[in-house]
Amino acid sequence: MAPVIEVHDLHYHYEDGTAALGGIDFQLAEGEAVALLGPNGSGKTTFALHLNGLLRGRGSVKVCGLEVNKENAVVIRRKIGLVFQDSDSQLFMPTVIDDVSFGPLNQGLDPREAAERALAALERVGMASAAGKAPYHLSAGEKKRVAIAGVLAMQPSILVLDEPTTFLDPPAQQALISVLGGLPQAKILITHDMPFAQALCTRAVFFEKGKIAGEGTVSELVERFGWNGNLRQ
Amino acid sequence: MHHVVLDQWSRRASPLHRRDPRSKIIPLLIFLVVLATAHRLLPAISAGLFAMLCTALLWARVPLADVLARACLVLPFTLVFAGVSWIAGDPARAEALVMKSYLSALAVLLVVSTTPMPLLLRGIELLGAPRFLLMVTQFLYRYLFVISEEAQHMRKAAVSRGGSFRAAAGALAVLFARSYKQAGEIHNAMLARGFQGRFRPLSAPHFHAADAAFLVCASSAPVILRIALERFV
Repeated sequence: MAPVIEVHDLHYHYEDGTAALGGIDFQLAEGEAVALLGPNGSGKTTFALHLNGLLRGRGSVKVCGLEVNKENAVVIRRKIGLVFQDSDSQLFMPTVIDDVSFGPLNQGLDPREAAERALAALERVGMASAAGKAPYHLSAGEKKRVAIAGVLAMQPSILVLDEPTTFLDPPAQQALISVLGGLPQAKILITHDMPFAQALCTRAVFFEKGKIAGEGTVSELVERFGWNGNLRQ
Repeated sequence: MHHVVLDQWSRRASPLHRRDPRSKIIPLLIFLVVLATAHRLLPAISAGLFAMLCTALLWARVPLADVLARACLVLPFTLVFAGVSWIAGDPARAEALVMKSYLSALAVLLVVSTTPMPLLLRGIELLGAPRFLLMVTQFLYRYLFVISEEAQHMRKAAVSRGGSFRAAAGALAVLFARSYKQAGEIHNAMLARGFQGRFRPLSAPHFHAADAAFLVCASSAPVILRIALERFV
């Protein structure tokens, strides 16, 4: 299958000079689900932020054949839906329905169509009843589900989810697995939750100190890096 | 959270809550002008306006005593200037300062406690206020809750470890740093969902005949009261 994401020799340094990414090569095929594993601070989130041009490093990043640069940013951000680690950063509109409609409205949909899409996305994550609520009235788990709905409503070609199971209780995690498993889009899941990664991803990539230290299935990498999701053995 | 009282009041149901925000904002401005320009018979006019506000609060079914107490929050500031006027030998000016500031705060509280903030801001926008200013206000309001919650968590953590005033001052610095970090994350989240500098509203408030009738009555009431008192007393 043709790659929907192609990254070649990507380097990135923070402003203080710290190397965050040191030559990343990565491909994601259409419809594929890949887990990004590795310790905190290993560069997984920094890498994800390069995929829709929120960060720009040295090297090449292509999404659906388009080079990620300033000119293509708007088109690329329609193709990649990014769910952030901290839901509070993602929910900035006054009500849940306003927030979930934010992306579709920016895509140029008329308000009625945007609202329909938003409600359908909320339905998918089991949050339709919260449509009229203010985001600050939600629990952490509910905020996470609404944040995911906000991205699903944009119907992107690729989903990138950074720690999607944080704050979700086991039933909600199961529900999320069902939702994501039923989506045809290519997915990148950044997670420390191995059962979640195993349930959804056919391939995994292990990040360490800003480099890809290994690739394989989730269980192979867990075995190889002694990575049981809690402690390195 | 303990700081959402006003927001909860604003989402109650009453005839006043149902009015279009514009039909409350315009009378508020007129009320403030009538109050600010009143000099002769100020105590009588203030008493009349106070009675009007109390009637409206009762009609809106918000807890009268709580609102009256909250309006006192302006008094510490006003009392300083009132004290200076009193010492300078102008007790009438001191009294006017206290009465006008308290009634102004009460009038603003009435509107804020009967109109959800997003609708209020939308109403102000429709009346021609600069969009950028309102966008900043909307974010301030939204993240006030996040920062407040963060502050409460930090305070609890400090208190549970025998926190002191010095520890609280340090926590404030951390709170500012976290707020700054969060501002960057919000910006990224907005860009990731296609934001191009303009908020597209999902729906616009509708101005009905009942709103027009309320607007006329609420705008004319303080004017009529003042004219009547100044002419006949």
